Amino acid sequence: MTEKLYVSSSPHFRGKNSTARIMGNVLIALIPAVVAGTILFGWRVLLIVAFCNVSCVLLEYLCRKVMKRENTIGDLSAMVTGTLLALSLPVTIPLALAFFGCAVAIVVAKQFFGGLGQNFINPAVTGRVAMAVSFPSQMTDWSLLNGALDAVTAATPRAPDGQWTYLDLFLGNVNGSVGETCKIAILAGFVYLTVRRVINPIIPVLYVGSVAALSPLFGQDPLFEVLSGGLLFVAVFMATDYVTSPLSMKGKAIYAVGLGVITILIRVYASLPECVSFAVMLMNILTPHIDRLTVPKPFGASA
Amino acid sequence: MAKTSLTHEFTKGILKENPVLCLLLGTCPTLAVTTSASNAVGMGVAATLVLASSNAVISLLRKAIPDSVRIPAYITVIAGFVTIVQLLIKAYLPAVDESLGIFLPLIVVNCIMLGRAEMFANKNSILPSILDGLGMGVGFTAALLCMGIVRELFGTGNVFGNTLLPESIFTPITIFILPAGGFFVFGMLIALANRLQKGRLRGKDFGCENCAMASACQKSGNCKEGAEAV
Repeated sequence: MTEKLYVSSSPHFRGKNSTARIMGNVLIALIPAVVAGTILFGWRVLLIVAFCNVSCVLLEYLCRKVMKRENTIGDLSAMVTGTLLALSLPVTIPLALAFFGCAVAIVVAKQFFGGLGQNFINPAVTGRVAMAVSFPSQMTDWSLLNGALDAVTAATPRAPDGQWTYLDLFLGNVNGSVGETCKIAILAGFVYLTVRRVINPIIPVLYVGSVAALSPLFGQDPLFEVLSGGLLFVAVFMATDYVTSPLSMKGKAIYAVGLGVITILIRVYASLPECVSFAVMLMNILTPHIDRLTVPKPFGASA
Repeated sequence: MAKTSLTHEFTKGILKENPVLCLLLGTCPTLAVTTSASNAVGMGVAATLVLASSNAVISLLRKAIPDSVRIPAYITVIAGFVTIVQLLIKAYLPAVDESLGIFLPLIVVNCIMLGRAEMFANKNSILPSILDGLGMGVGFTAALLCMGIVRELFGTGNVFGNTLLPESIFTPITIFILPAGGFFVFGMLIALANRLQKGRLRGKDFGCENCAMASACQKSGNCKEGAEAV
């Protein structure tokens, strides 16, 4: 009996899930969107994705170093932020501006508040909104760079004179940010994340569903509202962020319907190109309050 | 009063009790007028003049003003000086008046003026009060100037209207001159000021004698270490 027996406190069995594993799964789910973006918009998409990834990881590393905190680049969350941000930019974006977006996302929105798990707002959405507010012309420079046509600038389907068919919208054969146009790729990512149980489908389904259900009330075409803009992309990858969405099922439902209401209101009544991003930011801010109001009752507890 | 203490009344407003970055007073003009460095200086100088003169007069009248109506009395004195400064600026610097707009007359209700009257001038004689007002004014101007330079440089590429970063090499980051960017820069400057403070104060130094709010605190000297400020 030379070996000592240790009795530790619970838990004694641990799941294999870790932050790095979850983030890795999100990165896998983003691959179809990156591939589709590259096919639709050209090789520059890969350059933007790589650049944003390197910038975000580097900035995270430097931030943790300067703040003398434990290094967290191994949890892959900076790569998820970088990829999400890159996929929500137009293909023509100058890299210096993309770097500013990465800096806002990682330094201001994430590390200033204490890093992953402490950020009250989704870093990628914050980076995108900061860029959209700062560089309105560069962020809406929609040039289609596919194949023989070198650089054709055309309006996105959400512009008043945009040309589109439902099939184009579904396949992504329209202008927009590089990752948000091809709905098949986004749906592939959604199915993967749901099957791997990384995300709970309630937020994307209720978000998109409430937009579809509300749009006839405002005289909008529901199918167009769902398929156009960044709605699906944001609903699947950004609205489901663990840190900034409510914990309980009831809370998630309130959050998702709130997103839908804000999105449709901004789309109908405001002339902003950022409806889904602003909706996510606003609901992120409300998330702690939703959590407080929807604390689940323990089984057997009295009301 | 000893000379060192008079110097302290002047210098405390610059960093240790900086009205904007440590006391968090006067936030509204700080965010609103700092879209350019020259606006920031205009606002800072106007506020400094008002602060020094109103502190002087309130200090002289501190025994004459009944306690129950002191706030209206302070506001009246401050409003008088704001009117003087505003008319002077309108007459001699119409461009500054144009760009500061409503925030110039709003100095009347700026918390820094009332705060210094209530915290300092009504308890101290005229010379320390003037120095306190000047020091606070310099601190206010310095904080505004820092914000103005950062916001103008990144938001437009200029500083005091001179182009430092031409558009060929730098795309102006518009968010810096929008209100949201003002809050970003403000937050970062507060963090920086805190950092500079903590570099000098260590461990037990965080008592009442080193607290920026001590002069206004009811429990000054009685509060326990680590307890919530009241």
